Amino acid sequence: MRNPLADKVVDIKPSGIRKFFDIVSEMQDAISLGVGEPDFDTPWHIRDEGIYSLEKGRTFYTSNAGLKDLRQEICNTIRRKQGVSYDWQHEVLVTVGGSEAIDIGLRAMCNPGDEVLIPQPSYVSYEPCAILAGATPVIIDLKAENEFRLTAEELEAAITDKTKVLILPFPNNPTGAIMEKSDLEAIAKIIEEHDIFVMSDEIYSELTYKEKHVSIISLPGMKERTVYINGFSKAYAMTGWRLGYCCGPAAIIQQMTKIHQFAIMCAPTTSQYAAVEALKNGDPDIEEMRTAYNQRRRFLMNAFREMGLECFEPYGAFYVFPCIKEFGMTSEEFATRFLEEEKVAAVPGTAFGDSGEGYLRISYAYSLEKLKTAIGRLGHFVEKLRSEQNNK
Amino acid sequence: MREELLAIIEKNSRIDLKELAVILGVEEIDVVNELAALEAEGIICGYHTLINWEKTDIEKVSALIEVRVTPQRGQGFDSIAERIYKYPEVRSVYLMSGAYDLMVILEGKTLREVSNFVSDKLSTLDSVLSTATHFILKKYKDHGTAFATKKEDEREMITP
Repeated sequence: MRNPLADKVVDIKPSGIRKFFDIVSEMQDAISLGVGEPDFDTPWHIRDEGIYSLEKGRTFYTSNAGLKDLRQEICNTIRRKQGVSYDWQHEVLVTVGGSEAIDIGLRAMCNPGDEVLIPQPSYVSYEPCAILAGATPVIIDLKAENEFRLTAEELEAAITDKTKVLILPFPNNPTGAIMEKSDLEAIAKIIEEHDIFVMSDEIYSELTYKEKHVSIISLPGMKERTVYINGFSKAYAMTGWRLGYCCGPAAIIQQMTKIHQFAIMCAPTTSQYAAVEALKNGDPDIEEMRTAYNQRRRFLMNAFREMGLECFEPYGAFYVFPCIKEFGMTSEEFATRFLEEEKVAAVPGTAFGDSGEGYLRISYAYSLEKLKTAIGRLGHFVEKLRSEQNNK
Repeated sequence: MREELLAIIEKNSRIDLKELAVILGVEEIDVVNELAALEAEGIICGYHTLINWEKTDIEKVSALIEVRVTPQRGQGFDSIAERIYKYPEVRSVYLMSGAYDLMVILEGKTLREVSNFVSDKLSTLDSVLSTATHFILKKYKDHGTAFATKKEDEREMITP
């Protein structure tokens, strides 16, 4: 029989997280710091709208781009939070999570051989999506000394004649890094000079702990060359609803809608109705969750200081990214031993790119009680490793 | 800090001061001072424990009593409310808008004890015009906390 598979797909290496997941799932009593989704339930009033829509029998397809009400609310929200206006009819597409927008956005924008710049450490799907889109991923290794922000120099150095799209993954998973207005202004200049496009994945935009999040679309000249991606998973604790959206220039959104129409048809109808409620009345929920995350973040940073573990202070998402280089082992070795000896699962930084080597992603989407237990074990483990080193 | 501090200790008054300082991002001494101020101002009135008595062997009966009263000249409802809340078996007294004036929540050991309180003490007060007693059959949620057993974390152990 012939090989039924496409080389392009076979050649994509499976997510580094997957491998670790298999070890963890073998363990019965492990506790986890490895989750990339909120621990909160979706606020009840949002769930209630979803239930109500089912009761009313709203079980049909919506228009391809998404419910009119939802697209209008998305525009209202962006106008309210970023001061940027989009045309709901031509510049908005409701997708199945932010992930779909990443996939179809790259497919809509890239020709074979086009280069897509991907700052890493970052979310696991940019690189495979770029490859599947026929583009060439070009990795920019972000540095701890810059608090894992993308600098103008790093960007400039990575740009070639073939560069088409820059992925901008901030606030960042896994590092928790943010880009502030001045950071964005510095790279915006270069983006314009070299006439490249931006795919800004701002799924964690509501979860920042310094100033309010600033989007690159709010800078002059940037909205015209940016696909802005956001969604409901992180801000409203709606991961399982699978709902995201993107906004951008009509020409790009139109082509993305075409792919979406043929591949997906439309995002889940129930989720869309619930999402309208989330955008209309969900601000207090976001505030409450953000406050809780921030308390946990402070708790972790303090715990790291006390155990002498190096960690830059992250101001976004719900991750901290401590450095484990002092122990002289790889991230994977560290995470594996931590799991085996202390029964705590945390994700090795390398799951998010080679530049994550020497770091560990710790999620704080857990209650303070759970974090306390897990961090107690981390403290114990760190002590143990240090005494091992001293005895050598 | 005040609002966030209150929100935290309203849910967990046992949290230790050092931890409270850490998660609020302030110094411990500031927390101590703020708590003292909140107590002095009568904003923090106590540090109670939420108990689901139904899970113990101890029998308790709670009732919610709607009370209609005649307000008194110069004192409104305050003095009659005070006369009622001074009884130790009275857990809460609220002044209400609508069909009745005071809502009294009462706790006793037995049904009879509660009935006796209503008929002997509450109804016989001069300003009380009428009462309607509702016994509480089951508490599902109190002080913002649901009594049902907590659900397990159903998330996958590791997700990107």
